[in-house]
Amino acid sequence: MTVYDIIFYLFALITVGSAFFVVTLRNIVYSAFFLLFTLFGVAGLFVLLSADFIAVVQLVIYVGAILVLLLFGVMLTHNITQVQIKTGTLQIIPSAIAVLILAFSLIKIFLNTNWKTVPLTVQSSSVEGLGVLLLNQYSVVFELIGILLLIALIGAASMARR
Amino acid sequence: MLTEFGKIFVFILVAIFFVTVSVFVAKLLRPSRPTYEKQLTYECGEDTIGSPWVQFNIRFYVVALIFLIFDVEIVLLIPWAYVYKTFGIGGYLVGAIFLILLGLGMAYEWRKGDLEWSRPPLPKLKVNKKKLFQIEKSE
Repeated sequence: MTVYDIIFYLFALITVGSAFFVVTLRNIVYSAFFLLFTLFGVAGLFVLLSADFIAVVQLVIYVGAILVLLLFGVMLTHNITQVQIKTGTLQIIPSAIAVLILAFSLIKIFLNTNWKTVPLTVQSSSVEGLGVLLLNQYSVVFELIGILLLIALIGAASMARR
Repeated sequence: MLTEFGKIFVFILVAIFFVTVSVFVAKLLRPSRPTYEKQLTYECGEDTIGSPWVQFNIRFYVVALIFLIFDVEIVLLIPWAYVYKTFGIGGYLVGAIFLILLGLGMAYEWRKGDLEWSRPPLPKLKVNKKKLFQIEKSE
């Protein structure tokens, strides 16, 4: 067990543990704050996969913006303290079947996949490669994303204004 | 690259360690004599009234929404800004069109007044005067 394994299990524990609290806590604001740790843990896992840009994007967009949006959405809700969140078990048999199917297929995939591992090497940043791809092959996609974001911006603002 | 993130990881570990140790040592050293006054919420010396779970202004949400979209745009612009010089005028144009599109969105928001803070009148805070009176009386 190398030091990378230890760090991986640490981040995995943070992710899964806080995800557990996200779904079990009854106060929706506490759930949102535990989601912060889940997203942070995922960012750590991305770093261990040598995906540095994705890791930083995870922090900037998910932790920085989407979580804030979520918290504001919660705080905008009227009578937030009176909301009763149900976390009990309701449909045991159908959910058990669904979970079994999902677990079976996941284990099947886990066992059948030919896991390719590359030896750990010190890699340079992936931002430059991404930039080259964005300007070579995906320059049209880049502009399309710009149009998509423009539509999202106008649509979101005009809907929120009502 | 991993070593650079390793420095950040060590920094986080040191930060957690520092805070935990200093809080724990302070707890060992300080005298603990809590009174009712000491345990009240400190809000700039004012007595707090009502619950903190109030409904927020919708403007916060709109600003957060706009921030999210510009955040995504910045994320896309960073790789472009890193390499566009090597592509000459073409690379510059690709980014320029992208930025013009964003500028259009920005202009729309600005013109429609979504960036103004004080456009809708603020709803008045509802304070239950009867209850307040009772609290004052009991004190």
